[in-house]
Amino acid sequence: MSAALSLRPSASLPPTVVAAAGLRKRFGRNEVLKGVDVVIKGGRVTAVLGPNGAGKSTLIKCILGLVRADSGSLTVNGALVDDDPSHRADLGYMPQLARFPENLTGRDVVHLLRDLRGDALPEDDELFHALGLVPELDKPVRTLSGGTRQKLNAAVAFMFRPSILILDEPTAGLDPVASGIFKEKIARARDEGRSILLSSHVLSELDDLVDDVVFLLDGRVEFQGSLRRLREVTGQHRLERAIARLMQRGIR
Amino acid sequence: MNAAKVLRYELQDLRRSRWVFGYGLLLLTLTDALLRFGGGGPRALVSLLNVALVLVPLVSVVFGTMYLYAARDFIELLLAQPVRRLELYAGLYAGLALPLALAFVLGVGLPFVWGGQGDGSLARPLAMLLAAGVLLTLAFTAIAFLVSLVFEDRTRGFGVALLLWLAATALYDAGLMFVTMTWSDYPLELPLLGLTLLNPVDLGRVLLLLQFDNAALLGYTGTVFERFFGSALGIAVSAGALLLWCAIPLWLAGRRFVRKDF
Repeated sequence: MSAALSLRPSASLPPTVVAAAGLRKRFGRNEVLKGVDVVIKGGRVTAVLGPNGAGKSTLIKCILGLVRADSGSLTVNGALVDDDPSHRADLGYMPQLARFPENLTGRDVVHLLRDLRGDALPEDDELFHALGLVPELDKPVRTLSGGTRQKLNAAVAFMFRPSILILDEPTAGLDPVASGIFKEKIARARDEGRSILLSSHVLSELDDLVDDVVFLLDGRVEFQGSLRRLREVTGQHRLERAIARLMQRGIR
Repeated sequence: MNAAKVLRYELQDLRRSRWVFGYGLLLLTLTDALLRFGGGGPRALVSLLNVALVLVPLVSVVFGTMYLYAARDFIELLLAQPVRRLELYAGLYAGLALPLALAFVLGVGLPFVWGGQGDGSLARPLAMLLAAGVLLTLAFTAIAFLVSLVFEDRTRGFGVALLLWLAATALYDAGLMFVTMTWSDYPLELPLLGLTLLNPVDLGRVLLLLQFDNAALLGYTGTVFERFFGSALGIAVSAGALLLWCAIPLWLAGRRFVRKDF
């Protein structure tokens, strides 16, 4: 996968797909985002990392329009994120937990999302086949195992060919085989020029996939840049170690 | 448009739900039994009313809250689609309230139809019972929305839902009785009238009891209502107040849904 990385042309500067400036969010007395400035570049895999409570989910939910920032600006593909829901047509979202209404089947869920999005594009059903979901689609969701539901969750995120994929802890509930298929899919999406934004705790699993890193600590961006730069800055080759080094630095 | 799409899928979900089915079946059995063994006529209707006034708010608010907490993750996924929040809310609300209202109408109405009592003198009170049940369903489903949106913690939300039900069906009347006994030397009719308007369950009761001419059925609040407003105006006022009980929680919950951080 790193070979594919180096083959990509680096002459043209990648466009900015998500830009946050001075993003602040407070839940009651708890200030979760304390002025976050983030630029996410197109055609790359960006990992949002940080310990629990650092503000990863809140940042992701701000981009999705699920959470409204108190102040600061946020644009997705150049359009300001506000009450207008149309920017979400560019986004594919895979939430951390896949819980669907229990009496619906996978096919019902797929149809509902298709109806709501009204996209004319031919859908991407590759993951449904690759993850072996097709025979499960007509069963009520409540009878599916947690892993199968998570697969459905992943397949649905890719289905509408969004230009930006937002994956919250994507490999958490997937078995190793599914996880491998899923990672290949992410790499291919990147090579097609789409942008992937993911948050994850399981760092080593994603080492070979990540181009850029946004490291959040206590509501602030502690580090932002390419994986190579992160390695230079921390003197650590493995992402896991590099992050550990960043955390120590932040605590000091 | 989008509201209708969400509504359709939620209907599909709830149509297959054994809870809603069980609720309808319970009402059906109860109504049938009351019609057969409850003396028939107005007496069966009044017994039915008392059951409905307890059961409808309980199922609407408790099942509604439970359903919404369980659907929280799915609602988040829907909110991440290019859809306006208000449309989603409208679809979700209708998708929850309509199956419950339908279960009530069928569960109570069908035994009257096959018992051959759906016409004649009972038609009007029966229609009013069905209307009151539907309005109570709409009101308490909206309250369920409000509870699930205000309380993040589902255990607490569940407790609040139960407490609200208890307050509306039992505690409120106990309070009214206490007021009546304590200040029995004073003219209490007007204050009681106002207090009755504040409780949707009492409104449902008054709405139906005003259909009967038999003063013994009316109870205290009913009598006060009839004396003050007369039957026709009394019905209009209590129906109007009950509609407000649907509209205000629905509006509050909708506002909250649109502004909330999920």
